[in-house]
Amino acid sequence: MPEYKLLTFPKGGVHPPENKLTAGLAIEQFPIPSKVYIHVQQHIGVPAEILVKPKERVLTGQLIAKAKGFVSANIHSSVTGTVFKIDEIYDASGYRKTAVIITPEPEDEWAEGIDTSDELRTDIDQFTPEQIIQKVKEAGIVGMGGATFPTHVKLSIPEGKKCDILIINGVECEPYLTSDHRLMLEKTEEILVGTRLLMKALKVERAVIGIEANKPDAIEKMTEAAKKYEGITVQPLKVKYPQGGEKQLIKAITGREVPSGGLPIDIGAVVQNVGTTFAVYEAVMKNKPLIERIVTITGKDLERRGNFRVRLGTMVKDIIDYVGGLPEGTGKVVLGGPMMGKATKTLNVPVGKGTSGILLMRREETKRKEVLPCIHCARCVMVCPQGLEPYLIMSLAERGMWDKAEEAHAQDCIMCGSCSFVCPSNRPLQDYTQFARNTVMSIMRARKNK
Amino acid sequence: MSAILIAIVVLAIVGVVAGLILYYVAEKFKVEEDPRIDEVEEVLPGANCGGCGYPGCRQFAEALTKTDTLEGYFCPVGGNDVMATVAEILGLEAVEQEKQLAVIRCAGSSEFRPVTNEYDGPSNCAMEHALYSGHTECQYGCLGHGDCVAACEFDAIYMDPVTNLPVVVEEKCTACGACVEACPRDIIELRPVGKKSRRIYVACISEDKGGITAKACKVGCIACGNCEKACDFDAITIENNISYIDPGKCRLCRACAPVCPTESIWELNFPVRRSIPSNKVKPKKKPTT
Repeated sequence: MPEYKLLTFPKGGVHPPENKLTAGLAIEQFPIPSKVYIHVQQHIGVPAEILVKPKERVLTGQLIAKAKGFVSANIHSSVTGTVFKIDEIYDASGYRKTAVIITPEPEDEWAEGIDTSDELRTDIDQFTPEQIIQKVKEAGIVGMGGATFPTHVKLSIPEGKKCDILIINGVECEPYLTSDHRLMLEKTEEILVGTRLLMKALKVERAVIGIEANKPDAIEKMTEAAKKYEGITVQPLKVKYPQGGEKQLIKAITGREVPSGGLPIDIGAVVQNVGTTFAVYEAVMKNKPLIERIVTITGKDLERRGNFRVRLGTMVKDIIDYVGGLPEGTGKVVLGGPMMGKATKTLNVPVGKGTSGILLMRREETKRKEVLPCIHCARCVMVCPQGLEPYLIMSLAERGMWDKAEEAHAQDCIMCGSCSFVCPSNRPLQDYTQFARNTVMSIMRARKNK
Repeated sequence: MSAILIAIVVLAIVGVVAGLILYYVAEKFKVEEDPRIDEVEEVLPGANCGGCGYPGCRQFAEALTKTDTLEGYFCPVGGNDVMATVAEILGLEAVEQEKQLAVIRCAGSSEFRPVTNEYDGPSNCAMEHALYSGHTECQYGCLGHGDCVAACEFDAIYMDPVTNLPVVVEEKCTACGACVEACPRDIIELRPVGKKSRRIYVACISEDKGGITAKACKVGCIACGNCEKACDFDAITIENNISYIDPGKCRLCRACAPVCPTESIWELNFPVRRSIPSNKVKPKKKPTT
């Protein structure tokens, strides 16, 4: 194995057990389920406007809900079939949201203009930056690392700002998850074409693909493939959580720090996940909208684990049934990874654009331990990658002192959960800091709008 | 001996000079304050509950002395009596307001609303609400951690240990609105006390479709529209799958309650009805102090 110079972010960080149980399993195609449930809001922003009616026949890749406003994303049908009804069903947030329910036909009939072949296309010169952004917007691509922020918004650089570096996030620092890892191994060339498309759209000369050092095979393969393109380099990173946090990744690679309350673009950087990069490739080169994604299904007691290419809108229950049902003693089903993922309220939740994994956790792992008083050991302060004081923010949030929480920079929390992970008193630090962050942010927004 | 004398003389001079400076400064930088502020503050209850919309009674008193009309200014704790005295002090006309009380618009006790999930996070409604839709199928109903109880300055609300729902103590409730603010689900509403303290309201706020509500909770409003039809005074409207009784239009005739299939219309402090079959009589919420 070649020697790497490993970069990392300077403050804090933790080392949760990696448990990448599915790293060696190739991506499999998940069969089309008996019903798909497509939420009209799978992104941050305004819900899309539904264009179809019940009993209408839709094709795979057909636009079924149109983005409403700039910060919004198009929604496409992931199957060929008839619209069964439009109803409210649970989404990953645990609340019922409007969704289009479609009864699929067994065979796909693709909407016009979509190239479904596996052939690699690299002729990116035919597109102008505006065309690329337009195609990304039409395809309804959002940040697929989990934040689901519309990608075309991120690519449209505001007036007066300049981007000089594109960072492709292949870190995947969350334990258990391997969907990005598999994608980098199996779709290496496609990701690099996607990177070039993003570079062109952003008009930058330099792109860095950041990969954590626990994926040496991906680092090797990506480095080898990136050699033929000028300006693209692969940067191995130290194994430390949350290395894949946007702000942490920028700090590690460029040494620049995103200012409090600012965006990466303020310091000339744009970060895109490898899943998003692959989706950009498919959208621009193949005209294929975002209708499927790679989902890792894993868990210590699960025998049939895997990385599946799942049509968006497939119920989590269907996926779990496919892999042999819930193992005995399952305590929580988490959408996403164990650090930042969210336990679902019910299994009747569809896979959305931001669902990177389904994790079945044992009951004894998920049970919260008794909360003890804070002993002021400051371990939460030491591990906070943002340099915050979680114990302080928690006690401020408990008392509803939001002005003081703002002074303590609760709004800069990235919700990585490192504080809760290390707390020897089992205090729900992440719950409270996240709550404080959201409350303070909404207070700040209200003040700004006033 | 002379040392003591010198010390006394020097100290006396310093004292007189400092006193003169202090007097001068106090006169020069005197803040003119309306003497009525103190008078008004004296009459106000002094609970500093914030029910009037100001941080405390002093700030409310300051605002009162500056205004030309008492329209829109009301101390819910003191009520009309206090406002009348305030009006007298300020020489303004008192604006009477109907006394209000907090009502809990959720009747989903554990008996009627089965628990579907185990929640072991922080025992705090705001927190559970922020995390997900709650430990029952109903995403609108009471979470039962008692944020409203913690917010009440007057001990006027407590959690019923059997139903795990909050109960308002009529005698103590001042309608300051602290619980309304504290409830992340917006379940608590301030409603006029009504004649003889009689009130009638829909104890449900679920905006889910009837089928979903019925599955989640046996006493939820399913928006069937029976009450709307039964009302002769147009006081009941159904919007967003939920029925609402407008206290301004309601004549307390009680025609709506018996027709409700889920018994989600609550009557408080009415005499027991004779004409309806016994199985239709709802448990009366009799607050105890």
